[in-house]
Amino acid sequence: MLLSRSASLALAVLVIAGLPASPAAAGEMSLAVEVPTLSVAEYHRPYLAAWLEREDQSVAANLSVWYQTGNRKEGTKWLAELRQWWRRSGRDQTFPIDGVTGPTKPAGTHQVRFNSKQGPLASLAAGKYQLVVEAARENGGREVVRIPFEWPAKGPQSLQARGTHELGAVALNLTP
Amino acid sequence: MNINKNAAKRISMHAGVAALFACLPFSAEAHRAFIVPSETVLSANGWITVDAAVSNDLFYFNHNPLRLENLKIVGPDGAALEPANMNTGKFRTTFDLNLATNGTYKIGLANDVLMATYEDEKGERKRWRGSAQTLNELPANAKKVELSQNQNRIETFVTAGKPNDVALKPSGTGLELVPVTHPNDLFAGDPATFGFMLDGKPAASLKVTVVPGASRYRNKQNEMDLTTDASGKVSITFPDAGMYWLQASVQDDKPSVKQAKQRRASYVATFEVLPP
Repeated sequence: MLLSRSASLALAVLVIAGLPASPAAAGEMSLAVEVPTLSVAEYHRPYLAAWLEREDQSVAANLSVWYQTGNRKEGTKWLAELRQWWRRSGRDQTFPIDGVTGPTKPAGTHQVRFNSKQGPLASLAAGKYQLVVEAARENGGREVVRIPFEWPAKGPQSLQARGTHELGAVALNLTP
Repeated sequence: MNINKNAAKRISMHAGVAALFACLPFSAEAHRAFIVPSETVLSANGWITVDAAVSNDLFYFNHNPLRLENLKIVGPDGAALEPANMNTGKFRTTFDLNLATNGTYKIGLANDVLMATYEDEKGERKRWRGSAQTLNELPANAKKVELSQNQNRIETFVTAGKPNDVALKPSGTGLELVPVTHPNDLFAGDPATFGFMLDGKPAASLKVTVVPGASRYRNKQNEMDLTTDASGKVSITFPDAGMYWLQASVQDDKPSVKQAKQRRASYVATFEVLPP
């Protein structure tokens, strides 16, 4: 009796203490980007950047940047082709960026997950954002796809957008 | 031997004619002088190549090379840099430039020329061209001397990595650009603000002309005519991505050489505007 009462009291204290922090603590974001299969004479995997943009277009967080990381001499040379990302963030960085940059990916859908306990979302203030995905391909084109969203999400959300030539489906799934 | 000598003479004559054209005052309809870099926004240090010409069309090479005797390249730390592989051909001057450190580079030339007309001892009208340093070459017995000063500036800008503004500092002489929007941060549809200074002071009510490149492939110049405000600033919204040519000039009676009556100061720059 005595034991169980103190246990339930402790539980209540825990729940109350946990409440204010809980939306941010549990927040998750998963991003799925489709690199389309293209029937072209000369194909090179695209350079790609995915980032979160504030309403004033400044960068709140870099999510992923794919470039030719194996080519130490020339790999970073073409990063400026991701023109918007280069302007907003890239030119302020040194490469590689820990936890952000990685090698280019083949055609197919690629998923990246983030949670608000660590990484780029840990310091993301509540507010309105846009997910921006920009892809640029050697001897190919360039495309930017945007998905507006609010953080933290009020409920589970599945947001979609689609590119027309350099990007396929882009999906942003948010969990509060 | 003779043939070679003649050839040499012809070449030097050509060079002389080209130099004359390059230094003539610009008018909106006439040949346009420009310096155009192979790219303006680089993510890594490395080489670029640069062309300089006086042409009818922007940015093609169909008239004369631009003489670059007064070329000055300013690096991100403000130090002067040397061009490599300089060559002057029939239609253009080219050189390479190593962007060894990150930041913004200004590539340009500033000419300060004195022009005179006078009457010699026989009463014949003569022309003279020189500078403040060679003013003593004017014949001592020259009569009815009319001296005017021409200050021309032709520039372009290139950035490797993060832009900075050390190279953009104005010198305080002639007509100069004082960018508010960085010249390597231009995107189609985004308004950019440029300031202009004449002798280090805001150039108010200055007429500025902006012409898009690739002029060979359209039937109109599509030029934008703008005027600076009281603080010498002008807002430009570039409609499309591409290379643009900007020109502004003023004429006044404030030459820095006191013997001159009139002064004409002009400014020309090439900008690259990127797709949004």
